[in-house]
Amino acid sequence: MLYTNLKHIETATDHAKVISENENVMVICGRMGPMCIPVYGIAEDLENDYKHVKFYDMEFDNPHSQVIRNLPEVKGFMGIPFTIYYKSGKVVKATSSIQTRVQITNILDKEFGVTVNA
Amino acid sequence: MLNVMNLNIHYDAIVIGAGPAGLTAGIYLSRAKLKTLIINEGIVGGQMVLTHEIANYPGVESISGYQLANIMKKQARTFGCDIRSNVIIKEINLHGEVKSLSLVDGSVYTSNSIILTPGGRSRNLGVPGEDSFKGKGISYCATCDGDFFTGKEIMVVGGGNSALEEAVSLTKYASKVTIVHQFGHFQAFEHAIEEAKNHPKINFIMESSIVAFHGSENLESVDIKHLKTGEIINLKTDGTFVFIGYIPNTEFLIGKVELNQWGEIIVKSDMSTGLEGVYAAGDSVAKRYRQVTTAVGDGTVAALAASNYLHESKANHKKLKAA
Repeated sequence: MLYTNLKHIETATDHAKVISENENVMVICGRMGPMCIPVYGIAEDLENDYKHVKFYDMEFDNPHSQVIRNLPEVKGFMGIPFTIYYKSGKVVKATSSIQTRVQITNILDKEFGVTVNA
Repeated sequence: MLNVMNLNIHYDAIVIGAGPAGLTAGIYLSRAKLKTLIINEGIVGGQMVLTHEIANYPGVESISGYQLANIMKKQARTFGCDIRSNVIIKEINLHGEVKSLSLVDGSVYTSNSIILTPGGRSRNLGVPGEDSFKGKGISYCATCDGDFFTGKEIMVVGGGNSALEEAVSLTKYASKVTIVHQFGHFQAFEHAIEEAKNHPKINFIMESSIVAFHGSENLESVDIKHLKTGEIINLKTDGTFVFIGYIPNTEFLIGKVELNQWGEIIVKSDMSTGLEGVYAAGDSVAKRYRQVTTAVGDGTVAALAASNYLHESKANHKKLKAA
């Protein structure tokens, strides 16, 4: 299990449940390394602002993470984390390696709608 | 885009940067009952969170950098310190009695003292194609991504300890590793140079640098320029790992505070800069040794000096009013 402050997905069953029960989901599949940790940190920060999105992580070396590693959308990816954005259970976007806050919020806004914090 | 209400809040002190130096300064200032804000452009913890294991932090036998950063953050918040991370600074004014800081989201903060602890980051090559193939053939972490290159031919850019040690470590996966280095000699320890030179899977392209990355979906080849002759050759490669050192995050301070030729902030022994009420600490200051412990020490000194400055300023104001 990753020691982040995000909610964790530990099994393929959990993964199926999370993406079927929530409309907008972001799953970061990685390790506790320098390319992944900044993405977890950004997601932790965004949890309060993007309440219509559920943020999860999943350990890359967990055998159950094949549900992400075998996705056609990650074919050709050669850098962790693999970050997958699901809408109503379907993959709408996938990114490889470290991302900036702006890159992540652009995807969240485009795929899941703009959030307003009044 | 997130819509944030414009804020304009005054603090006694603002700390810019939330690595170990900034968090320590935040702990000391807020514990001294000074209204304190830590502003950070990245995630809380700075370079420390990227360290898998810290085994030489006194009083803690072994801890990950991520966990230590979270403890420091919690400590600072417990004493009342405000923390805002992953923000983008638009403008900073370090002159005068009241300093100001504005963010791109429209927030404006003012304070009587500022402590600069922006830290550093890995240096990128900054050549065409680098952003496009990041995660698709270009990596900055052998431990993270090495296994994607099993049986493949890769390049490592750099000539310091990290580059040579990581090149050797990548031979566990790659069939061939070519080190590309801009100088005719390495800046690494002799044992690291010997290990790389004697490794049968490693070869070298010296006095050269990568000037462009090419490919369709994934990285396929690189343009390498010989820096003495100017000749450019194109070589096929499955991946490139970049290890060319760190740079201080001080671009936003150019022309605002005294920096040396490497962009590091020049400070006195009390961590004061040349500007009244402005202090600096951590990896972004000009110094020889960069450790979590030295950053914590710097942050402590800067916070104590800033506290003293703030108390003296308040006392002087009272005297002037009384007179």
